[in-house]
Amino acid sequence: MKPAIELKNVSFAYDIGPPALEHVSLAVEEGEFLGLVGPNGGGKSTLLKLVLGLLKPSSGEVRVAGGTAQAARRMIGYMPQYARYVRDFPISVEETVLLGRLGTTRLMGGYGVADREVAHRAMGETEVLDLRQRPLGTLSGGQVQRVLVARALACEPRILILDEPTANIDMRAETDIFDLFKLLNQRMTIVVVSHDIGFISRYVTRVACLNRTLLCHQPAPIGPDVIERLYGMPVQRIPHGDACETEAKS
Amino acid sequence: MTAFLDALFGHAFLQQALAAGVLASIACGIVGSYVVVKRIGYLAGGVAHTVLGGMGIAYFLGKSPIGGALIAALLAALIIGWVSLRFRQHEDTIIGALWAVGMAIGILFISRTPGYNVDLMSYLFGNILMVPRDDLLLMAGLDGVIIALVWTFRKQFLAVCFDEEFARLRGVPTEVFYLGLLLMVALTVVILIQVVGLVLVIALLTLPAAIASQYARSLAAMMLTATLLGIAFTGAGLALSYEPDLPAGATIILLAGAVYLFSAAGRGLYLRFGGRRMQAAPGNKDA
Repeated sequence: MKPAIELKNVSFAYDIGPPALEHVSLAVEEGEFLGLVGPNGGGKSTLLKLVLGLLKPSSGEVRVAGGTAQAARRMIGYMPQYARYVRDFPISVEETVLLGRLGTTRLMGGYGVADREVAHRAMGETEVLDLRQRPLGTLSGGQVQRVLVARALACEPRILILDEPTANIDMRAETDIFDLFKLLNQRMTIVVVSHDIGFISRYVTRVACLNRTLLCHQPAPIGPDVIERLYGMPVQRIPHGDACETEAKS
Repeated sequence: MTAFLDALFGHAFLQQALAAGVLASIACGIVGSYVVVKRIGYLAGGVAHTVLGGMGIAYFLGKSPIGGALIAALLAALIIGWVSLRFRQHEDTIIGALWAVGMAIGILFISRTPGYNVDLMSYLFGNILMVPRDDLLLMAGLDGVIIALVWTFRKQFLAVCFDEEFARLRGVPTEVFYLGLLLMVALTVVILIQVVGLVLVIALLTLPAAIASQYARSLAAMMLTATLLGIAFTGAGLALSYEPDLPAGATIILLAGAVYLFSAAGRGLYLRFGGRRMQAAPGNKDA
């Protein structure tokens, strides 16, 4: 079986500045839950953009579901790190989730009955169905994240790509949302970007560490030696109850 | 006010002025809502002022200025859209330059046109009282084009305004719809030139939509509210300016501006004092 996502010796540089990624090779198998970690500016978001086909590699090859990244876009549900929308944008939760049907639904006019059913199912899974009439701007950070996950699910994806899905929410909401991802992982491949290695290692099946080059990709948990190489400095391990979390000290 | 009502029933030109106000309000309610939520007021200003270039050239060639305006507006929208898509970093500067260059071209051609035409003043500042019947038909036609486009592609326009990157990932040709949005801005500018003139176009394009955005919960509701507000402003502005013989365009804009300021201030006070309980509601703490 072909890997869900495959990067072969991929390098990428923006117009200005040093290369963002160098010689990255990585294969994500169908059904995996991959955590992508690394320092800020380490190329995590760049790697996602290559997989989404928003950027083209300077060299190397990106394959998604056996085809090009652009051809596979429809199979991917994507949740961006920063929601780009204006906070007081006049849009309801349901309208937001329905946007995930674009590309699948009809070209002209409104949405069909089938689209609404898919959107309702997605909202049910992320527990925002009760909020569907609410304007998006009135929701809390955790609720907005759930709406954006529902929008990604409304694409009926085979691969779910999440860029720092818990960046702006508190710890409890973070745990809830990762429990949801774990559940979704039973039927789709998931790639999640995070800076919190200790936290995600409880959920993911494998961790890939990225700092311009791929430093490792191995099953969790990750030892301190790898983290030191990743962040380029000694790190301090902080025990947190049953899970062992590791933080980089700068 | 009674004098205005008497005159309204007696004079066809006032009825036409009112009709022009309604037609302009429809376009600016719909397109203005997109301009406000997408925050492209500056781009719209660039399109509006570049139009003077086309009108000046049309004048010089002895053609219809409104035809020149239509061509110039569509061209300006495409050029400014292209600039905005390709040179995002320098967008401000380039649009500022186009804005000024368009007006300079207009002024140059007008100065070379034999016999300075006073009519041009009415295109700079509008004259809702002198909209010819043919232009009313043109305005209605352009309204029809805008409504048809928005109705047909409302999902895509919403997606492009709300989250362009996500729309692109879903296979929506975002650049096409972005340019489409600017072309609709161009059509609206041409419609509004008749009513408030080039200089005040941006005000009527954005103020009703901005007021509506403070209350509307969906884009469709915002468009409807903005349209109704536009009709109220043009109608009331017309009535207020009639007896003292004030310039109608300027009166309409001042009215819209005053309502916007009151609405914004009132809403600010409400959120500061009256809305405190809602803001402190559980679940909103990490918003």
